[in-house]
Amino acid sequence: MAQQHPPPGGGAALRSGVLHRHPRLRLGLLLGPPMLWLGVLYLGSLAALFITSLWSVDAFGGNIERIWNLDNYRDLFTLDVYRTITVRTLLIAASVTVIDAVLAFPVALYMAKVASPRLQRILVIAVLTPLWASYLVKAYAWRGMFASGGPLDSVGISPGYGLAATVLTLSYLWLPYMILPMYAGLERLPGSLIEASADLGAGTATTMRRVVLPVLFPAAVAGSIFTFSLTLGDYIAVKIVGGANQMLGNVVYDSFLTGNNLPFAAAVATIPVAAMLVYLAAVRRTGALDSL
Amino acid sequence: MTFSPATRVLLRAFTGLVLLFVYAPLALVVLNSFNTSRTFEWPPPGFTTRWWSAAVESDGARNAIVVSLEVAVMATVIALVLGTMAALALQRFRFFGRDTVSLLIILPIALPGVVTGIALANAFLTMFGIQLGMLTLVVSHATFCIVTVFNNAIARLRRLGGNLEEASMDLGAGTFRTFWSITLPMMRSALLAGALLSFALSFDEIIVTTFTAGQGIQTLPIWIYQNLFRPNQAPVVNVVAAALIVLSVIPIWVSQKLAGTDESVAAAR
Repeated sequence: MAQQHPPPGGGAALRSGVLHRHPRLRLGLLLGPPMLWLGVLYLGSLAALFITSLWSVDAFGGNIERIWNLDNYRDLFTLDVYRTITVRTLLIAASVTVIDAVLAFPVALYMAKVASPRLQRILVIAVLTPLWASYLVKAYAWRGMFASGGPLDSVGISPGYGLAATVLTLSYLWLPYMILPMYAGLERLPGSLIEASADLGAGTATTMRRVVLPVLFPAAVAGSIFTFSLTLGDYIAVKIVGGANQMLGNVVYDSFLTGNNLPFAAAVATIPVAAMLVYLAAVRRTGALDSL
Repeated sequence: MTFSPATRVLLRAFTGLVLLFVYAPLALVVLNSFNTSRTFEWPPPGFTTRWWSAAVESDGARNAIVVSLEVAVMATVIALVLGTMAALALQRFRFFGRDTVSLLIILPIALPGVVTGIALANAFLTMFGIQLGMLTLVVSHATFCIVTVFNNAIARLRRLGGNLEEASMDLGAGTFRTFWSITLPMMRSALLAGALLSFALSFDEIIVTTFTAGQGIQTLPIWIYQNLFRPNQAPVVNVVAAALIVLSVIPIWVSQKLAGTDESVAAAR
């Protein structure tokens, strides 16, 4: 290991001594900058976003008028188009989460409990590698797969660009986020526990339910936070493979950039935040947050 | 193990199918980068390397790569400093609100990207009155990169315990000396792994980027996205995509060198 020394000097030694005697000061100095960034800048931005959602824009130039009102939320809840998009987005997020859980479980189980140590290592790398490939490239790859005249179409099984393609692409994108926590959870489960369960007369189904599932569940919840949240906020994949369909992210983006209506975009953005906060609060007791 | 041979075969077959599902689209992109057909006819009528040479000469792509590299480096440096500080604070101290702080650190990746993007853009524009540009882009990227460094650093600190640091202090080294000579060298590979992930995350990011980069700045993902729907650019975009797929092997290889499999699993989350 390379040794690096601070320049010698009485000042540094003195400061260091003060720090040594005052752990609270040390904590404050360590925690101060990250908290300034995340606690003040980031949380402050989220709070400001909420405040902005209670303002409106004037009818002409798109300038923000700082008049307090709930019009944005009224539009959001009463206009059919937004209700449809909200429900659609939540349904897509739920479907993606379920599909990923169903696909990930057998893979994680095979990796953790069946594969040899060598194969296990290779499989972990095989699952990790696509995470490093660009998100956009992966979504784009599916555009090629679904294209009319493309590989799937040539064997007659392409759904074409649309909602099904969006769900499939998003499931594909977030699959490693589900496999990895499940694998890590199952890895920690001692094989002897499964054997003991079988020795005590439990069949495969009982062992699954009473030994594997309790370990799997928090892991699946941890994974679902990502699959759910990432889907809720996505608007790129749906543009690439979703045809004319829109998700909440598209409404936020279009209101912000094209519509020049920041307050309305802010109001729309509070929906995924609210959905995620409800979700996080619900899963907090499962202990899944600790394994993030 | 108690799984019946039939179950094992089924699990193996299913895993194989999922891996096919994972790699087939990526293979298609790489294959199509050699497709003679401009519209990616299937099966390819012939193979050519001319799109690759066209891509090398594409100024737009090259400039965008430089911008992406700059942003990723700056965001990673900030994330390294802040993530390490937060990890030291949370692992070495017990204090009121500790759980809240750790929740706050994961919040930028737990919340959807559009939310982070529009919240920061709104704050820059209406609260601070800053024009969107390089500064706002780097600040936004650093915000969601902190967690990757933090996760790696805290996992390492948890495993190391504080014994060596205490010994160093007992032998008369001060706080800074102990950090430079003991803590930092022990954390080095974990920090590198975290930095690598943070770099990749920033280099790849598009959602937060579209909100906070403003009009003048084109990162590589933005360049790809803007050219995605232009038919005459399609082969070049496809080559850039294929190159990114091939290049993603490098960080995997480095992270495997840096740390065991278990840590790379932890790093990915």
